[in-house]
Amino acid sequence: MSDTHAQSVAFVRETAIPAAPPPSRERGPIKWMRDNLFSTWLNALLTLAAIYLVYQLAVFALPWILNGLWTTSSLSECRDILQGETGACFAVLTERWNQLLFGFKYPSAFYWRPGLAFILLFIAAAPVLFFDLPRKMLLFTGLYPFLAYWLIWGGPLLAPLTALIGVVAGYLVYARFVKDNFAKGLAAGVVAAVVVWIAGGYLTELLAPNRPILPAVQSRDMGGFMLNLILGTVCVSLSLPIGICLALGRQSNMPIIRIICVVFIEFIRGVPLITLLFVANVVLAYFLPPGTNFDLIIRVIIMITAFASAYIAEVIRGGLAALPKGQYEAGDSLGLDYPQAMRLIILPQALKISIPGIVNVAVGLFKDTTLVSVISMFDLVGMIRGPVLASTEWNGVYWELFSFAALLFFVVCYGISQYSQWLERRLATDHR
Amino acid sequence: MAETAQMAESGPMEISDEVAIQIDKMNKWFGTFHVLRDIDLTVYRGERIVICGPSGSGKSTLIRCINALEEHQAGRIEVDGTLLSSDLKNIDKIRSEVGMVFQHFNLFPHLTILENCTLAPIWVRKTPKREAEETAMHFLEKVKIPDQANKYPGQLSGGQQQRVAIARSLCMRPRIMLFDEPTSALDPEMIKEVLDTMIELAQEGMTMLCVTHEMGFAQAVANRVIFMDQGQIVEQNEPKAFFNNPQNERTKLFLSQILGH
Repeated sequence: MSDTHAQSVAFVRETAIPAAPPPSRERGPIKWMRDNLFSTWLNALLTLAAIYLVYQLAVFALPWILNGLWTTSSLSECRDILQGETGACFAVLTERWNQLLFGFKYPSAFYWRPGLAFILLFIAAAPVLFFDLPRKMLLFTGLYPFLAYWLIWGGPLLAPLTALIGVVAGYLVYARFVKDNFAKGLAAGVVAAVVVWIAGGYLTELLAPNRPILPAVQSRDMGGFMLNLILGTVCVSLSLPIGICLALGRQSNMPIIRIICVVFIEFIRGVPLITLLFVANVVLAYFLPPGTNFDLIIRVIIMITAFASAYIAEVIRGGLAALPKGQYEAGDSLGLDYPQAMRLIILPQALKISIPGIVNVAVGLFKDTTLVSVISMFDLVGMIRGPVLASTEWNGVYWELFSFAALLFFVVCYGISQYSQWLERRLATDHR
Repeated sequence: MAETAQMAESGPMEISDEVAIQIDKMNKWFGTFHVLRDIDLTVYRGERIVICGPSGSGKSTLIRCINALEEHQAGRIEVDGTLLSSDLKNIDKIRSEVGMVFQHFNLFPHLTILENCTLAPIWVRKTPKREAEETAMHFLEKVKIPDQANKYPGQLSGGQQQRVAIARSLCMRPRIMLFDEPTSALDPEMIKEVLDTMIELAQEGMTMLCVTHEMGFAQAVANRVIFMDQGQIVEQNEPKAFFNNPQNERTKLFLSQILGH
C-alpha cells in the first residue's frame, strides 16, 4: 500500500448524512407486490389467473349469499319471492335453528340446559388448555363431567353424585394403598369405586323423586350439533389418556401387557369406524346380559374412544421413539422410578413432539362423529339428511344446510388447530 | 496441565479403608457377545479411578453396570454395602447414592437448569421445594453458573451443560460419582472448564470412577488408572508407574498411540 494517494484518501466528515426513506418502489405495498405477486413473469401470470378465479367465484357466490332470504317459512315461498333470481334460502337455518343444534326431540323448554353446559365447557377446559391459569380451577374441571351430565340428561341428582363419590372414594382408597404397590392400589381403588357405584345405583332407584329438579331427557332424544359436541368432547378427552396408556403398554417389558396393547391397537386400526359403530348399535346387545339396557350413546362413545385411542397410541409411540435413549438413562440414574420418569421426563417431551399428530386425530375424530347418522342417530348431518330435508317445506335446500354444517365444523376444527399451534410455540424450549 | 496438577496436590485426598464398590467375577454379554469378562474390582471410599482403553473395550459398560443401567449376567456387584440384584428397591437405592455424568449430558430439555437440578431431590428424596432450590443454587455456584439457573439447556454451551449435569448429580448428595467420557463431546476450549470442576470435586474427597481419554486429568488427580481391553482389566497401577512403566504389551501400544502425537 505504498502508492496510496494520500490527498484522495485522507478524509474527515464534518456533516452527518441524514437518514432518508428508501425509494418508493422499495417500500410499502408496491415493494410487497413486486416481491410476492409479480417477481417473475410466470408468477405475474399465475397472480392474474388467481385473481380471475377469485373474481369468478365471487360473481357466482356473492349474489347468492347477499340475496339470501332469512325469514320465509318454506322453500316454495323463497322461490316465489326470488322470482328466478339467484339467492340463497337461509330461512331454513333460522326456522330449524333449534332442531339443527339440539335435535328434533329434545324438549324445547330445556334448551337452556345444554346451552349452559356448553358455556361451562369453556370454563372447565380453560385450565387444561392454558396451564398458566390458576391450578385451583382444575377442581371445577373435575366436577364438570358430572355437572354437564346432570344438565343435559337431567334426572335424579343422586345419579351423577353417586358417580362422583365413587370416583373420589376410588381415588382415596388408591392413594392409601399405592404406597405399598401400584397394582394393589389400582385394584383396591377400582373395587372401592365399583362398590360405591352399585350401592349408589340401588339408592338412586329407591330414592328417585317423582319430580326431579331437572326432568330427565332420554338419550334417544339427543341430536343436532349438540350430539356431535358431546361425542367429540367426551371421546377426545377419554382417548388421550387411554392412548397414552396403550402407547406405554406397547413398550412395556411385561409380555402380557404388551401383547394386549398390540392386539388392541392393531385390531382397532384394522377395522373401519363405521363397522365399529354398527357393532355398537346392533351386535353389542347380543353380548350383554338379557334385560340390560345399555345406553346407545355410551355404546357409541366406547367405540369411538377405542378407535381414536388406538390412533393416538400410535402417534405417541412415534413421540416416544423420537426421544434419545439418554433421557431414559438420565432419569434412571437419578433414581426416579418408572411412573415418575414417565410423568416428569418422558411424557412431557414425547407428547410435545406428538402434538401435531394428536391434533390430527382429534380433528378427524370430531368430524367422524357425523358417522353416527348412519346408525340412525340424529346428529347435525343426521338432522339435515333426515327430518329437515324430508320435510315438505324444505325439501331440496342442500347448499344452505350443508354449507352451514361445514361452517360449524370448520369453526371448531380451525380453533383446535390454532390452539395446537399456539401450544407448540408455548412449549418450545429447545431454541434450535 | 501443570497448574492443575499442582492444585490437585494441594488438596486433601485421603483414601479410607472403607469399601465403596466391590465387584467379583462379574460377566456380561450383549446377546452372545461377551463384553465383560471376569471383572474383579474393589473401590475404596475417596478413590479417584480413571478407566481407559480402546473403544469397544467395555469401559463404559463396566461403569454402567455399577448403577444398573446395564444388567450383568454373572458375578456380584455390591455398592455401599447394597447388593445389586434384580430387586427394584435395591436398584433405586443404589441409583440415588450414585451420581452419573454422561457423554452427551442428557439434561432434560423441557426443564430449566434449576428444575433439572431440583427434580430428583424433590421427587426421589422428597426434599421440600425451597430447600431443594437452595441446594441446587449452592451446587450451581460451585460449578460457576448460578446466573444461568432460569435458562433452558438448549441456551447453554456444551461445557456449561456438562457442568450443569455434574451439579444435577451432586444435588442428590451422592457418595460415588461415575463419569462416562464427560469431555468427549466437547470442543477443546470447553474441556478445561469441565475438568476443573471434576478436579475440585476430587479434592473434596468424592469417590470417582471416570472413563476418559484425558490422560492429563488421570495424571493430575487419579490415584489409580485401569486399562481395559476386550472386556478385561489388563493392567492397573498408580498413574506415575502406569504412564512411565507400562507392563503389558497392549497397554504400551495404547499409550504410544494416544500420547504419541
